[in-house]
Amino acid sequence: MRRKKKLRQSKWLVNGVLGFICFIWLIPTLGLFVSSFRPAADILSEGWWNVFPHRTWTATSEITLPEHTDLREPIEVNGRSYTDDELRAGVVVDGERLIWANRRARTLQVQEREWGASLQFTTQNYEAVLGGKQYEIVMPGGDVQTQKGTGMSQSFWNTVAVSFPATVIPVFIASFAAYAFAWMRFPGRRTMFVVIVALLVVPIQVALIPVLRDYTSLGLNGTYLGIWLAHAAFGLPLVTYFMYNFISQLPKDLFESAFMDGASNFTMFSRLVLPLSVPALASISIFQFLWVWNDYLVSLIFLGNQPDVQVMSMKIASLVGSRGNDWHLLTAAAFISMLMPLAVFFTLQRYFVRGLMGGAVKG
Amino acid sequence: MQAQTKQRQLQRLLGVSVLVLIANVCVHGMIFFLLRDTALPPIANAIVAIAWGALGIYAIYYSFNWVVEQYPDRWKRRILPYVFVGPAVLLLGWLLFLPTVRTLYLSFFGPNSVDFVGLANYAAIFTDRLLATALRNNLLWVFLGTTACVALGLLVAVLADRSSFEKTAKAIVFMPMAISFVAAGVIWKFIYYYQPDDTQIGLLNAIVTSLGGEPQAWTTLLQPWNNLFLIAILIWMQTGFAMVILSAAIKGIPEDILEAGRIDGAGEVRIFFRIMLPCIAGTLLAVTTTIIVFTLKIFDVVMIMTGGQYDTEVVATQFYRQLFMFQNTGYGSTLAIVLLLAVIPIIIINLRQFKKQGEY
Repeated sequence: MRRKKKLRQSKWLVNGVLGFICFIWLIPTLGLFVSSFRPAADILSEGWWNVFPHRTWTATSEITLPEHTDLREPIEVNGRSYTDDELRAGVVVDGERLIWANRRARTLQVQEREWGASLQFTTQNYEAVLGGKQYEIVMPGGDVQTQKGTGMSQSFWNTVAVSFPATVIPVFIASFAAYAFAWMRFPGRRTMFVVIVALLVVPIQVALIPVLRDYTSLGLNGTYLGIWLAHAAFGLPLVTYFMYNFISQLPKDLFESAFMDGASNFTMFSRLVLPLSVPALASISIFQFLWVWNDYLVSLIFLGNQPDVQVMSMKIASLVGSRGNDWHLLTAAAFISMLMPLAVFFTLQRYFVRGLMGGAVKG
Repeated sequence: MQAQTKQRQLQRLLGVSVLVLIANVCVHGMIFFLLRDTALPPIANAIVAIAWGALGIYAIYYSFNWVVEQYPDRWKRRILPYVFVGPAVLLLGWLLFLPTVRTLYLSFFGPNSVDFVGLANYAAIFTDRLLATALRNNLLWVFLGTTACVALGLLVAVLADRSSFEKTAKAIVFMPMAISFVAAGVIWKFIYYYQPDDTQIGLLNAIVTSLGGEPQAWTTLLQPWNNLFLIAILIWMQTGFAMVILSAAIKGIPEDILEAGRIDGAGEVRIFFRIMLPCIAGTLLAVTTTIIVFTLKIFDVVMIMTGGQYDTEVVATQFYRQLFMFQNTGYGSTLAIVLLLAVIPIIIINLRQFKKQGEY
């Protein structure tokens, strides 16, 4: 009896601590997600957590000042005078706050402290990030600015064009090689495979300088083919090793009976081995795909910043550099780049975990 | 007569082989130039690229296999394995194996790769302030980051095992693993964001000011602590990895061992240290080495958050800067080799493990 009670208590404790950890883990992504849907003016003037109910200043009425009020002089409102700076920051008198609603139109807001939540949402940030045209945003204080969109949709498609072949090519090449290593006998087989195992954890940095030189002389820099081959080569040791572990475990009788029926190695591979390896292929493909999709270093060095090939991670990185305070753009851009990984994660989690377990040591 | 037909057959085979080789080079070369030089709309470009990438590689294998099938049996059996492993070996040799050797060679040369300088670049790692900082920070990353990831991962794994919402909790902690470091950088830059005036839209500064503290520029001016705030991002992302793998290991511990411990009156804490930990020691080691290898090469986070400025440089970012900003190939190569040296023990362990499997 006592033991049971104790167990229940400890269950509360476990759930509490775990819940707290989960909360902390979730907050960063939640902040990004919520912010990406808020109007630019709101993002820049108050924290994203204001979407939750809290005590806040809410507008009760508006005062319109004469149109030609000089903002450099003290401004008289209801018998008291304020400076422009005070009104910009908001000035509290008798529990009420005065703040510019629209400074240019000379309207003031009278606010009272009440429960409220900042619940204005918009998809404008996404339109601005995806499109390349001019768009207007309202800044804090009512000013309207014209900004240029960032043209993220182009880099989204570039990322697609890089990621799919950079997944298919190494998985295909590695499966062929894994089949040969597992079921064919030829001189040099052992040496080659040992080298592949040794290359598993080699950091790709050791390859970058010479490969960059070769690419420059071959004109492969900034081309899709160049980056496919680079990703393929850097992923190959792992994919080959992973596929070898699977293919070499297939039952031997299978191959013997197929050989008896006169099947060639190629038909056997494409008709028999590939279909049987689908679970392994799915796991390692997802791993490689996400690796390439999320990659920054390889595309930074081999693909560069030309808009016609630039991938999303490069785009976001350059946004961080050039428009580091435009959080309405950054949050939306980051979330767009996360869409594919999150979709894969939630739909194919089982395969993803399996690929990750086998593939964690990638260089 | 017979010799003549044999020779003619040989000539035919040779002709076919060369023809297929040339056809492959020409077709793929043409598509390459076409794709590079024509300005298609992005979506069409992506479709063409995908179709070529996927079908092209299949076509290459198919055509070479077809050629080899024409050969007499004895030759076929000898050549076919090399058709199968050939592309993999060529690609690895050209883009990974030889470059490693070439980088090693370059690390003994000066900035322009012409003057031989011996071990001077390696000495510079300890004397040049930039390089030494990079090395120091990288050690900090590896030590703190790995410890925290593994410890937290283990904690979450054990807790989740006994909680009432295991699946959800694991998914939440694991999710950051799927997204890119660049996106994670944006997420955390927003949390650490600092505005000099009153309103703080960054979460951390908002918490600090609401507790009565002064807002800080966490990742820039707060040296040397800013490194810790960058490492927090790694912990946020990699704990999930440690958790998933350790959780699988914990579930693999036979229930009756744990039950026997409980019957003998051992408390849960004691069971954890005396029974669980020894059972999962192997997995724990594997997870730790994996995260160490990963953390050694950390690059994206630092690049996005600070660009390596404010003394947050690590080896991989310093490698990039030496290469592209200072145009110093010698230092760049040396840093890359330092990374390689750091993983050599792990390479040896891998090879030994592989030998033990005994299939080769």
